Amino acid sequence: MIQPVLKIKGLTKRFPLGAGRVVNAVNDVDLTIFPGETLGMVGESGSGKSTLGRVILRLLEPSDGSIEFNGQDITHLPIGQVRPLRRDMQMVFQDPWSALNPRMRIRDLIAEPIKLHMKMSRSERDDRTEDLARRVNLGSAYLNRNPANLSGGQLQRACIARAIATDPKLIVLDEPTSSLDLSVRAGILELLAEIREETKAAMLFISHDLGTVRMISDRIAVLYLGEVVEQGNTEALFETPAHPYTQALLSAHLPADPSIKVSRHVLEGEVPSPIALPLGCKFHTRCPVAIDRCAREVPQVIQVSTGQHARCLRIPDGGNIIARIDQT
Amino acid sequence: MTLLDVVNLHTHFISRDIDNQVRTAKALNGVSFSLASGRILGIVGETGAGKSLTAQSIIGLLRPPARIVGGSITFEGRELTTMPDAELNKIRGEEIAMVVQNPRTSLDPLTRVGDQLVRLHQVHRGGPKEASHKRAIEMMEAVGIPDPKSRARSWPHELSGGMAQRVLLAMALMNAPKLLIADEPTTGLDVTVQAQILDLLRDLVARFNMATMIITHDLGVVAHFCDEIAVMFGGCIVESGPVRDVFAAPAHPYTRKLVAATPERFRMGSAKSLSGQPPDLYNLPDGCVLQSRCAHATDLCKTPVPNIEVAASHFSLCHYAGKLDANPAGQVQA
Repeated sequence: MIQPVLKIKGLTKRFPLGAGRVVNAVNDVDLTIFPGETLGMVGESGSGKSTLGRVILRLLEPSDGSIEFNGQDITHLPIGQVRPLRRDMQMVFQDPWSALNPRMRIRDLIAEPIKLHMKMSRSERDDRTEDLARRVNLGSAYLNRNPANLSGGQLQRACIARAIATDPKLIVLDEPTSSLDLSVRAGILELLAEIREETKAAMLFISHDLGTVRMISDRIAVLYLGEVVEQGNTEALFETPAHPYTQALLSAHLPADPSIKVSRHVLEGEVPSPIALPLGCKFHTRCPVAIDRCAREVPQVIQVSTGQHARCLRIPDGGNIIARIDQT
Repeated sequence: MTLLDVVNLHTHFISRDIDNQVRTAKALNGVSFSLASGRILGIVGETGAGKSLTAQSIIGLLRPPARIVGGSITFEGRELTTMPDAELNKIRGEEIAMVVQNPRTSLDPLTRVGDQLVRLHQVHRGGPKEASHKRAIEMMEAVGIPDPKSRARSWPHELSGGMAQRVLLAMALMNAPKLLIADEPTTGLDVTVQAQILDLLRDLVARFNMATMIITHDLGVVAHFCDEIAVMFGGCIVESGPVRDVFAAPAHPYTRKLVAATPERFRMGSAKSLSGQPPDLYNLPDGCVLQSRCAHATDLCKTPVPNIEVAASHFSLCHYAGKLDANPAGQVQA
């Protein structure tokens, strides 16, 4: 039995607003990631994707639930003991312009995690820095420049070099390609796939772009109002989405090919506020197949097929499939 | 009958550097296209390709050091490039309307949204305020804002991103424009909201018979919501034509790269041929703007490039348009 790199159970994050009000950002999330596996996490803005990524790395303190990293429970570990573990868990952020210190050279930025986590002589460190730059296809001429002199794609390559510098077991990527142009984006995704192949690192790939997530993920979890409404293997999820929200989300995605027919279900209204969560199923206010029970009862996780799970009361009676409107 | 005709438009940024030398960034280099009423044109391209600048040139929103240095823009037979500001002001916001990317920063934070719509109508049409107010409520209803009467009294900060984008659309429609320019209208929005806004936009185009330009970097939006596509690179339209034709048989090397990089077509292992530096606008090469990134480039590409019609109204700005398949990479001889 292979041990998972990350196992979280019932993870919850609430931000107090004062006066007794709280933002329920992440609600009761269970996830497992195995070595070499990429889990894609999709959801709309405000669904708690980024918060979840940060809570997992203990960049934010969890309010409830547990985080097990490499078999060790790190939920309540003092932060001083979490820091050495960060060698094995790294993060790549959405905006490479603000993720890097503008006053430092690229060389020093890539060397920083090595300095912090690995005992290496200066010359070993320099060698490793140059190896890493080569690995991410960043020309050595750029190493002595400041971030302002690099393009977005090059900066993101530098961020990835930093993230893989200490051979981590888990890399959390928070929208790593959202701020990049299409042709640059393809190169970054390819690099990530190569790195995964070589290092067997597990990846949590957070994105709102379904096309990108489909390209890189083995499994996908769909988040709505801080809750995983459905998760499953990439192909199963795209072929036979069970939860009405997943169906609507997938049908709203526009493939970049006019010959692919789109049949869509456009959702009414907008995502409710995470301050006043709907009772019962959190999706019932926008769900086209909601019944009275959905407003009262919190749905439990149901297995739909092998490895595919969803939270919907309508699955047992087959009423979970929403009608689609054909479009040209 | 075309509504808008852009012919050989050149827009440059002309400034002086630290040594007082004149530096010219050639941001638009001979952009030509035309647009008829009821048609939707999608303009795509990477950052810095000149998409937004084309829109700003048309609507006369260029600020120094940007300046139109050549070409013409005719709107219903009227030349816009030489039109005095006072006259242009009558057209802007009335006959030509614009929707921008970030809806919340383009609303006045200190005015209720309904009053902002009324103000726009009053400036151009005048008449009794009650009539303008009635029109505002109608337009808010047309863009699918629930309970428009009470929403008209909201402040911009009380609106969600999708709602604010609807208000901007309502504002653009206030004076029944003939041309609508939408600059990344759905970029900041979630996919489910994006679908609502795009559906709405398409209905409105059909209902009011507007000509519409959508500027986007999302090929999915173009593939499913536009009639025509114009692909920009280095300040040129490198390929244009009916959406289906261009996606089915891209004729320009850059369009081919772009289409190959979409999730639907992308194959792992092919990305290295896709990327490259954008051209240096201060120092453009002679001939084709893509030559340093193009696998097909030869000496011929250093000479002026013809805009070749590869199929009916499908143009490609390339010496080798229509011949790329016959000549594999690097094998083309001048």
